[in-house]
Amino acid sequence: MTDWEAVIGLETHVELQTNSKMFCGCPVDFGDDPNTAVCPVCLALPGALPVPNEEAIEGILSIGDALGCTLTEHSLFYRKNYFYPDLPKNYQISQYTFPLCVDGRLEVDVDGEPTTVGITRVHMEEDTGKSTHVGEGGRIHGADHTLLDFNRAGVPLVEVVTEPDIRSPEQARAYGSELQRIVRALGVSDARLEEGSMRFDANISVRPVGTEVLGTRTEVKNVNSLRSMQRAIAFEIRRQIEVLEEGGSIHQETRHWDEASGITRPGRTKEESEDYRYFQDPDLLPLQVDEAWRERVVERRPELPAGKRARYNALGADPRTAELLVDAGDLAALFEAAVDQGADARTVGIWLTGEVVRYLRAEGVEVGDTALTAESLVELAAMTDDGDLSATAAKDVLAAVLAGEGTPRAVADDRDLLQISDRSAIESEVVAVLDQHPDELGRIRDGDTKPIGFLVGQVMRATGGKADPRLVQELIRSRASS
Amino acid sequence: MTDLADLTIAQASAGLREGSFSSIDLLDSAERRAAVSEPHLHAYLTLDRDGARQAANAADRAIANGDSRPLVGIPIAVKDNMVTKGVETTAGSQILAGWKPPYDGTAVRRLRESGAVIVGKTNLDEFAMGSSTENSAYGPTRNPWNTDTVPGGSSGGSAAVVAVGSALGAFGSDTGGSIRQPASLTGTVGAKPTYGLVSRYGLIAFASSLDQIGPIARTVPDAATLLEAVVGWDALDATSYSGAVPALSRSLDTGVAGLRVGVVRELVGDGIEPDVLEATQATIERLAGAGADIVELSVPAIEYALSAYYLIAPAECSSNLARFDGVRYGLRVDGATTEEMMAKTRAEGFGPEVIRRILLGTYALSAGYYDAFYGQSQRVRTLLRRDFAAAYDQVDVLVSPTSPSTAFEIGSKTADPLTMYLSDICTIATNLAGDPAISVPVALGGDGLPIGFQIMAPALGEEVMFRVAAEVERSAGFTERAKLATSEVVAP
Repeated sequence: MTDWEAVIGLETHVELQTNSKMFCGCPVDFGDDPNTAVCPVCLALPGALPVPNEEAIEGILSIGDALGCTLTEHSLFYRKNYFYPDLPKNYQISQYTFPLCVDGRLEVDVDGEPTTVGITRVHMEEDTGKSTHVGEGGRIHGADHTLLDFNRAGVPLVEVVTEPDIRSPEQARAYGSELQRIVRALGVSDARLEEGSMRFDANISVRPVGTEVLGTRTEVKNVNSLRSMQRAIAFEIRRQIEVLEEGGSIHQETRHWDEASGITRPGRTKEESEDYRYFQDPDLLPLQVDEAWRERVVERRPELPAGKRARYNALGADPRTAELLVDAGDLAALFEAAVDQGADARTVGIWLTGEVVRYLRAEGVEVGDTALTAESLVELAAMTDDGDLSATAAKDVLAAVLAGEGTPRAVADDRDLLQISDRSAIESEVVAVLDQHPDELGRIRDGDTKPIGFLVGQVMRATGGKADPRLVQELIRSRASS
Repeated sequence: MTDLADLTIAQASAGLREGSFSSIDLLDSAERRAAVSEPHLHAYLTLDRDGARQAANAADRAIANGDSRPLVGIPIAVKDNMVTKGVETTAGSQILAGWKPPYDGTAVRRLRESGAVIVGKTNLDEFAMGSSTENSAYGPTRNPWNTDTVPGGSSGGSAAVVAVGSALGAFGSDTGGSIRQPASLTGTVGAKPTYGLVSRYGLIAFASSLDQIGPIARTVPDAATLLEAVVGWDALDATSYSGAVPALSRSLDTGVAGLRVGVVRELVGDGIEPDVLEATQATIERLAGAGADIVELSVPAIEYALSAYYLIAPAECSSNLARFDGVRYGLRVDGATTEEMMAKTRAEGFGPEVIRRILLGTYALSAGYYDAFYGQSQRVRTLLRRDFAAAYDQVDVLVSPTSPSTAFEIGSKTADPLTMYLSDICTIATNLAGDPAISVPVALGGDGLPIGFQIMAPALGEEVMFRVAAEVERSAGFTERAKLATSEVVAP
């Protein structure tokens, strides 16, 4: 039986949320009525010409920089020629040779195993309009008619192309979510797969482990979430292995993921491969990105997810907690503020990603909607550190603070949850209990530790459960041995 | 009394300022001239009578308020591949029949802002592809000097209206000679500026890296005045030149003493008619007489210019014209599927020359052929630029005939596209180089038809180009008018 290895490369399209489209002044706005965010340029009226959007170039440069790419000084726009009704010019302005960003990498981690995914290129292009096929189940063939909305036509689109370095569906998903985090951290796109502002196409092939030659690949499209990308890739790998093991061969083709049935299906097969007749767009000059511009991009680079994760770990957060906080902007802000004011990172991190997240989910609210502040976290952490509050009681207090019942101390007071950690007060109770139970004291002194638990219980009962049980035990032991 | 339709722009502008006549009078005379000449010429596709009258009235009010800018109130025509808001714009093609643009192109907008009165839209070879205006889907334009001959092309309509007087000036577009060659064939002045000097926004693209808008006028100073109204950087055209604009008319009266004038050896030999060569030689001698140093030199890559042009221009047009698909505007021929609708629309909407060039260009860009055709032609272009640069190290301007012949008979070249393509042999190289060039009428040939003389200059060398052109015009003393513009035909 052959052992198979999957070879996966990803192409990711990211729509940039710039103020205006890639080559004209129309707004990038998806909420508008159809064909209202359009002009002669993005409708490709006769005579109209494209002018590149500097903000979009900044956006792609920041992505390229975050992915460790070389930002090229001279890059070129090309025309990719093909006829399609929602492509107004019947060519797409894209990049071909000399893209803006080349040779990058992204580190991803699956279950503690790091992998480096090479980034071949990051290039700039423009989006198409949207077709809505009416009749025949929404497919273009046999549709009764097709409605076209050009609001999306010309929206800046960044394409990130990886090397075929990915080996598993899990790695692909990890890559996808890390790229999504980066794009969001840069603030250039909301990167939502379900809304199409981030789209993944996966090139997948399999080969016997130990061989170097790449197998025939298929391209899987139409995945609407990171989870469905992982499922689609896993399915396609299994399918290819089955075909090959049954003596069949893989056809190079585009396959569409069908979320409902959980399989990939071949797209319409093209009789001949498409010839896009790429040539440099004569309407656009070579794009010059000088050193000053490149330096500006590097200077403006915000903290990226990997850096944030490392910093949280260094602060003492639990690694799993750190991972969760990196994905949760508002919780991370509370975390940072509380730790900054002296709260223990491990404790606060666990509260935020545990109790607080549970509360928010249950109530269906955002943390900003609650009364929780960095100050209350600091106070709560101090109370547990000082032994004023037990770990269990702290969670109750946290829930009450979230619900707006007051500050941690006020809640603890109200509910009478404060522990007695005054040594002399507890010591007098210990002395009283030991006086009442001389037999047990004697057995302890003879080396039997069993009665300690009973005696601790007696002290706790006498203090109404508010004594710190560790302190009580310590005092009983020291009394017995004196 | 002189018919106002026979004035130059400079004379008309002076008359308006002096109050001798109004802008409405100028428009009336242009329209009267159109009424008598159009049945013979078919130079206009659309006359914007209402728009022109409004603009002329506005100009008269402005003049009354002291507006003395040189184009205020002057009737001007524009080629029908220049987009005009609300006025049908067809590019001479059936595929755009009835299309009324929702916007003005930049040159048109600037022309309106200069106070000019846009009389109408002129005929052209479909999408500016041709050298005779016979490729118009709406029928050919005829030459006012002899209506059995072509006015040249593709800006044949613009050249004809200026020659006949149904506008005092006009704009055309020049991709391989489409302003200069018709100017030469109609006894008018036509200039193609440096690539990037006039915004292409709103010029229906034929070959984006070659297309330039430019003026056609009766005199060299008029051509400079027209060009001045539309030049300059435009935020809507990424290829427009952002630097300082050359002083187009500053040196018109300076003369050519001490200037070095290069005669392009490749353009004064085989393939040029004897009458044309003779007129060219006489013009060169007059320049020498006016103090210019004449140098004969070679621009070797010119030999390959025509071949390179007929790969680059079709390649770009095959992509530029892809947008005419029946989906959003213009003609739509229904089909069972979207692809069939697009294919039928294009097959019916485009004429044979346009289809020929789309096919040529598609082939030239195809995988496996790209490097041999498009790639190679780009290398020729680089070579040509280098050869021109070397020539301009030795001389200030280069000169040649504009067209190898005078106007040819309608139908005489339509059967053989290659013969037609050779009409542009003298003009094409400057488009590939991106340099400016101008054609000035200098003489009549033995057939009684005008001969043009071409002056080429390095990029942004318009000042010296117009300076030499003005001297050529003065020394030629060419005052003949097209037969259709003379009183025997146009008298009431």
